[in-house]
Amino acid sequence: MPIKSYLAHPHQGKKDELILAISALKHCEVVPAQNRDIIVIVTETDTREEEDNLKLKLEAISSLKLLAMVSGFNTPQKN
Amino acid sequence: MFTSMTNRRDFIKKMARLSAITAAVSMFPGILFAEEQERGLPKGGNLDWKKAPCRFCGVGCGVLVGVENGKAVAVKGDPKSEVNKGLCCVKGYHSVMAMYGNDRLTKPLVKKNGTYVETSMDEALDLIASKMKETIQDHGKDAVSIYGSGQWTIPDGYVASKLFKGCIGTNNVEANARLCMASAVTGFLTSFGLDEPMGCYEDIDYADVFVLWGNNMAEMHPVLFSRLLDQRLKRGVKIIDFATRTTRTSMAADKSILFLPQTDLAVANAICYEIIKNGWVNTSFVEKHCNFTKGSTNIGYGLEDKFAFKDKPEKISFEDYKVFLEDYSPEKVEKISGVSAKDIKYMAAYYGDPNKKVMSLWCMGMNQHTRGTWINNLVYNIHLLTGKISEPGNSPFSLTGQPSACGTVREVGTLTHKLPHGVVMNKEHREFAAKIWDVPVENIPSKPTYHTVEMFRALDRGDIRFMWIQVTNPMVTMPKLKRYRDGAKKEGRFIVVSDIYPTPTTDIADVILPSAMWVEREGMYGNSERRTQYFEQMVEPPGEAMSDTWQIVEVAKRLGYEKQFYYKEETHIEEIYTEYRRHHDNKKHNMAPLEVLKENSGMQWPYVDGKPTKWRFNSKYDPACSNGEDFHFYGKPDGKAIIWQRPYEPAAEEPDSEYPYWLNTGRVVEHWHTGSMTRRIPVLHKAMPKAYVELNPGDAKRLQIQTGDSVKLTTRRGEIILPASVNQRGVPAPMQVFVPFFDENMLINDITLDSFCPISKEPDYKKCAVNIEKV
Ligand code: SF4
Repeated sequence: MPIKSYLAHPHQGKKDELILAISALKHCEVVPAQNRDIIVIVTETDTREEEDNLKLKLEAISSLKLLAMVSGFNTPQKN
Repeated sequence: MFTSMTNRRDFIKKMARLSAITAAVSMFPGILFAEEQERGLPKGGNLDWKKAPCRFCGVGCGVLVGVENGKAVAVKGDPKSEVNKGLCCVKGYHSVMAMYGNDRLTKPLVKKNGTYVETSMDEALDLIASKMKETIQDHGKDAVSIYGSGQWTIPDGYVASKLFKGCIGTNNVEANARLCMASAVTGFLTSFGLDEPMGCYEDIDYADVFVLWGNNMAEMHPVLFSRLLDQRLKRGVKIIDFATRTTRTSMAADKSILFLPQTDLAVANAICYEIIKNGWVNTSFVEKHCNFTKGSTNIGYGLEDKFAFKDKPEKISFEDYKVFLEDYSPEKVEKISGVSAKDIKYMAAYYGDPNKKVMSLWCMGMNQHTRGTWINNLVYNIHLLTGKISEPGNSPFSLTGQPSACGTVREVGTLTHKLPHGVVMNKEHREFAAKIWDVPVENIPSKPTYHTVEMFRALDRGDIRFMWIQVTNPMVTMPKLKRYRDGAKKEGRFIVVSDIYPTPTTDIADVILPSAMWVEREGMYGNSERRTQYFEQMVEPPGEAMSDTWQIVEVAKRLGYEKQFYYKEETHIEEIYTEYRRHHDNKKHNMAPLEVLKENSGMQWPYVDGKPTKWRFNSKYDPACSNGEDFHFYGKPDGKAIIWQRPYEPAAEEPDSEYPYWLNTGRVVEHWHTGSMTRRIPVLHKAMPKAYVELNPGDAKRLQIQTGDSVKLTTRRGEIILPASVNQRGVPAPMQVFVPFFDENMLINDITLDSFCPISKEPDYKKCAVNIEKV
């Protein structure tokens, strides 16, 4: 049950586009900064495989310039 | 923000989110996550938002505290605050959580046969008063003492000073700001005759260049640093980080210049040399407004008990000063400091350019320095020679670390030599204080007793027998800690500690009093820019916890000083503040009335004719200027500021073959000082759970040390084992290591040195010699 958080940096002028694109993905929560071009992403997936797939999808988003992982947790089953 | 944790998975998710936000906040100070703030608010609640200054650092951000059902549940930046304009840092956002740690002290505890026994507040206060009486009777007035803090509210510090200096008649009043701000104070006093910055944060909006002197502002003053970064975006200002270690500030700066520890003295002199050599002196300013003076040299380091020093100032001419500076050409200083002559000239050129406004900012790097007063003087020299002072954007500015280091310790004067107005050595000042305090003037002794280090030495020696410690944690922060911990535990000492959580300092207490924290009581703080900010009581303190002010008032009454401590419980803060204002009733320091503080996000003093004074000593802005000139440094009898001749002298203990590295200590963004509050905030604790030793990557490679490896640090005081940190957050220069001091389980101060500046008596936590080995 991996839970991870990332800082995502959009390409210039593409912050809204990036927020939309990430919001459309399953298992992803988006917390955009109000006054900077930075987006916090929290992912919550059931398996490592799902997690890897999700990361690939994130990295494929064209408005994303850089994705930096901040923390990763492996949790017990959902309760 | 703060929400209840419904289950472990939600908790972890929140942790993940907050870790990312914490990282973002420290990388991009001032970043706001509005949605996250909203998410933290209890749903469907009836939140009542009330304004307060932040509990933590001396920036003094205005915050809004959300209160629901008698509990403080949320914090956001106050958009109306001129200080932070709605921003907040990671500590500020989580500040209310510091009130609700599981192990909050709620009952007084008295040590009986080695164990702590709960007692009532009345009994504990009776015991404290009777112990004080007994100690005074057996050992004299100077055997009792109080050690407070820059986290004391203004009323806390005021009643402490009134009780000890005015009523009991001892100058044994000190505060932990001695450990962080004293050199800034003596710097101001020696150069200008009056304490505290002439400028204000608004200088940031006008300056073109910012020189940070040994100041990791990105981590220590994040909200102000974000104001610098904003100006860079808007106006392309330049930020120069001049430091001994590469930090997040260096990474964000336009230029990072590293110097060898202690050699800032030489570099500052070299900048003055360049300014003079290139004809950048503002001659008319210097002629009208400055004197040249030299002081004693080879002034020692305070390492021995009862160390005494008195400077012997001697007037010199500008010509004499120029001759002195011949030893400080950039080329000569390059050899001492490791800073290239080119970089010295680069900095000098900005200071010397008449079309550039320059703000110098500093904090612990310059203050915790065995020549702390000197380096403060030297930076003022640069601003005085160029006339870049006391006007918007031209500003030498010392920052503070605690919310009321200025407001309480410096302005109320809770230091052994100080009175709210003036100093104990001055008869008129004593008379003035005695009149307001309603005590015979003979009560106030004319000689200062012990500064902080010497006070703890006196406790060790047995000259002091009773010490009351409030809102501070000296058993983590004192340098060469072991001596002072052992001393405090000796037979025949009686220690009272008022705090909100158990700490290594409550461990040495005979009585522990639970204190009301921040908005659990009413009070005021004064921040770095002379801004006094009021906060009301918003929630009830837990159990029997009581404000530090009222604890002192209760003990004072028990000691028989009912007449002087006439305050009523419901109105005492207002009564005390109104009385305190009388000490500063003049154009140079007038404090705003309480109603004004309540209506505004604080107010700067001098508050004259209904207006704050933003730039002191400049007749355009400061009504106290009276010499008919553009500038008036009225703190000095002849109205002139002093340019000091101060040489470079080495540190008290420098690396040698046995201890070949420099040890530097300091803070991290997640924790506030000793961590007694922030380590109880889960997200901050998890983000930075324990101390470490930062090594230079080259040194680490040579010693085959990697991040996480255990490293033994040995100094002449002892040894400690810490996990290594290589190329992580900060990168020390070669042959230097850095250790943060927030972790009470890894007390780095056990091995630091208690050398101090002979003028300010502030210890140097930034420099001693250490050996490192992989274990
Ligand atoms: S910068 Fe200082 S005053 Fe401002 S929110 Fe952070 S800790 Fe509080």
